[in-house]
Amino acid sequence: MSNYSISHLQQLEAESIHILREVASEFEHPVMMYSVGKDSSVMLRLAQKAFFPQKLPFPLLHVDTGFKFKDMYTFRDRMASELGAELVVHRNETAITDGANPFDLGTQRCCGLLKTQALLDALKAGDYDAAIGGARREEEKSRAKERVFSFRDQFGQWDPKSQRPELWNLYNCQIAQGESIRVFPLSNWTELDIWMYIDKEDIPVVPMYFAREQDVVVRGEQLIPIDATTRMLPGEKSERICCRFRTLGCSPCTGAIRSDAKSVADIIAEMMTVRISERSTRIIDHDQEGSMELKKREGYF
Amino acid sequence: MNDVRTFIEENTSKQLLRISTAGSVDDGKSTLIGRLLADSKNIYEDHLSSLKKLVRDDEAPDLALLLDGLKAEREQGITIDVAYRYFSTPKRKFIIADTPGHEQYTRNMATGASTANLSIVLVDARNGVLTQSRRHAFIASLLGISHIIVAVNKMDLVGYEEATYESIKQDFLDYAAKLNITDIRVIPVSALNGDNVVSKSSHMPWYTGQSILEILEDVQFLSDRNMIDLRFPVQYVLRPNQDFRSYAGTVASGVIRPGDEILVLPGQIRSRVKSIVTYDGDLELAFPPMSISMQLEDEVDVSRGDMIVHPNNLPRSERHFEAMVVWMDETPMNPGGHYAIKHATQTARVHIDHMEYSIDVDTLHKKQAGHLALNEIGRVALTTVRPLFFDPYSKNRQTGCFILSDYLTNHTVGAGMIIDRLPGDRTPRDVDRIAESAAVMSGVKSSVSTKDRRLQYGQDPCTIWLTGLVGSGKSEIAFALEKALQEQSFAVVVLDGATVRSGLSRDLGFSAPDQAEHLRRVAEMSRILNDNGLIVIASFLSPSEEIRQQVAALIGKDRYVEVFVEASVAWCKAHDTSGCYDLFQRGELKNLAGMDYPYEAPESPDLKIAREYEQDGASVRRILEHLEESGKLDPRHGKGQQKSSSSS
Repeated sequence: MSNYSISHLQQLEAESIHILREVASEFEHPVMMYSVGKDSSVMLRLAQKAFFPQKLPFPLLHVDTGFKFKDMYTFRDRMASELGAELVVHRNETAITDGANPFDLGTQRCCGLLKTQALLDALKAGDYDAAIGGARREEEKSRAKERVFSFRDQFGQWDPKSQRPELWNLYNCQIAQGESIRVFPLSNWTELDIWMYIDKEDIPVVPMYFAREQDVVVRGEQLIPIDATTRMLPGEKSERICCRFRTLGCSPCTGAIRSDAKSVADIIAEMMTVRISERSTRIIDHDQEGSMELKKREGYF
Repeated sequence: MNDVRTFIEENTSKQLLRISTAGSVDDGKSTLIGRLLADSKNIYEDHLSSLKKLVRDDEAPDLALLLDGLKAEREQGITIDVAYRYFSTPKRKFIIADTPGHEQYTRNMATGASTANLSIVLVDARNGVLTQSRRHAFIASLLGISHIIVAVNKMDLVGYEEATYESIKQDFLDYAAKLNITDIRVIPVSALNGDNVVSKSSHMPWYTGQSILEILEDVQFLSDRNMIDLRFPVQYVLRPNQDFRSYAGTVASGVIRPGDEILVLPGQIRSRVKSIVTYDGDLELAFPPMSISMQLEDEVDVSRGDMIVHPNNLPRSERHFEAMVVWMDETPMNPGGHYAIKHATQTARVHIDHMEYSIDVDTLHKKQAGHLALNEIGRVALTTVRPLFFDPYSKNRQTGCFILSDYLTNHTVGAGMIIDRLPGDRTPRDVDRIAESAAVMSGVKSSVSTKDRRLQYGQDPCTIWLTGLVGSGKSEIAFALEKALQEQSFAVVVLDGATVRSGLSRDLGFSAPDQAEHLRRVAEMSRILNDNGLIVIASFLSPSEEIRQQVAALIGKDRYVEVFVEASVAWCKAHDTSGCYDLFQRGELKNLAGMDYPYEAPESPDLKIAREYEQDGASVRRILEHLEESGKLDPRHGKGQQKSSSSS
């Protein structure tokens, strides 16, 4: 804090805290999306800081597809109980009972049912007027133009052409009945910022981020870990490779990367040398040119 | 491993610099950003590889394509909104707000510039300084950016000629002399070839200045913050249990330490900072832009929208102010209309009083205009329903800015930079228009009608408005009249300056606009009391016909009974007990009606009381007679009769 100056991480932190407090002040039923990943972990810590020494003034919402990794469920429940936070889990039970899966439906439709539809239903069921998400502008092209407070119509849809201008740190929180706002307190964080902050703050993350030997199927440039839901394509065989996850999604659709990074510092070291955009290990983004933007318009986070 | 720890240490203590870029469609702005990102090794490999699918293999990747996020824009071939880009060097982390140059998008430029410390303005070396570059510089200056880099791009297409650069540089500096920008650097570059973007170019040995990235890494911007005037807008009250309360918010400006004496606005409550509480432990000091919470020594009532300041350094606390407003909505500004204003942590109703002028952003010429349309900028006078705690934007970016939103569509329609409060002689003296804003939709209504109340009290509620000079004895008559009505069992209330100013209007002074607001409150109060069946005796100087008419309109013309208490100034001076005339004589009081401020006698009062020649008792009797004659008082009810025996 020399020369009355704070570091970029402290500035990002201060900005995120300001945003979280603004949501809690201006909305009646805010909710924080909790996806169990590293960004969620950082967001959770920021929320703790924003309302310290009070408990979180909003519940956590996990939209569960049923396809998440076991480690993720364990970690999720542990975090919620450690923080004493209210955890709401929402699943599209109808689709899950009907056996929705990415193998038969394709990732687009499967995601549409188990994530987008489930999310919209969950927001409606909870009567939530503001949903806080961990998306970052750096992650993907269509996110670069996303607002911090992003308006959604009564159908949860996003119109990239009519976004509210956002100036200074003055966020327009006015909405009509049935409309909602998605709030992105991590908008200005990069993947490197996230890991640096996890390191600095010693924030717990799901162990899947760290490399270990495991059985995988090599599919193109993706390493797909083998578990109960995995379906092998003709000619594929299992291999044992030291790898880790850069992002955490559903088990059939999230690829691992070859890595020896066994600690946060290792991961940061790896990032300095390996330059691959993190979402590229998510199969869904590559289905279609501009697929993320399409999904976002429909209501995806 | 040690390398990594070193890297981490170095990278957690970086500074964050926010940049806005602006450039015309063909200036090569996107190419320049692409170059900065690529050359600082921050374009991830797969972004590059997905890009290759879009361009022919034999061409170099089009750096500009990389930046066009949205599909619709890719189809149009232009960037149409604000996009945020991130890159870092070992010295700093940079956030670029990339805003389009097309003339439709003043809105986006202002948006990008609002948070920026520095702005990069693009000029095409072949074309020289066009209106668009001038517009960008003007908006950057309007939004308070004090550092500008002018990138004279495409130097490769003019043979890297020094003369071309010099002539453009001179043009730009001539124009910028009219703006308020302290630090301007003009750099010859070729974004396509990377000349003077990251490293110095060998093509232009005549240029001895720094490259763009060198400036971005070196520019001193921390001193742009206001570290003098403590402004802490309370954002959220933390109250985990009965024994703990702290006020959370972001320090807008100034420095705060435990032990500091503070004042909370608008309540004017004094206390001291007990501690600055954070998750990471208590702090010894806090400054912008830190998000903290503070405990105070005393149990005081503080809520969101309040502002904590040092008692000897106050912001403006005003309802009337002027601002430069950028209009951002397709629907033009409604002059005389109402909007929601968000300023610091307050949201209030605001009225557009009038437009001073609009500014042609290309020529900087002022022109008369009745309103603002999309992408227009103008000087506007506004009035809020309650005071805002602000500073001029030029002194304090955080407490000088606001946004306007529309009540119907909820769109963010405007962004404003406060110039200052309105000088007293130019504030609106209009009671009525402000009152309009209070005419909000009513919810649940009382089931007791005005007619029921009339039967109960035996009176037709009205407001007897006594106007006259200070010292004319309005209050004596008011209280004598109150006693007479009370003795006859009528239900009556007296409102006078002393009573109302000590409570309801204690936040108001004696300036013309404050007087207007004071009387508006009195009129509102009278109306409410009348609605509830009570007779009101209001004793207020109310010096102008205009103000009295507005009061009458608020109360209702048929309920308003105007009584002019007439007396000469000499008589009033001799009989004054308030000491106002003495204060005026000593020069300690201004705007005293009858002295240096006009008192307009009512044109057609319901009653005129010649104060100098008439006894109090006679005056009261005349007023009572007037009320009975006009049917306001039921004679069967009065004269000490019991309510219960009125059945016969």
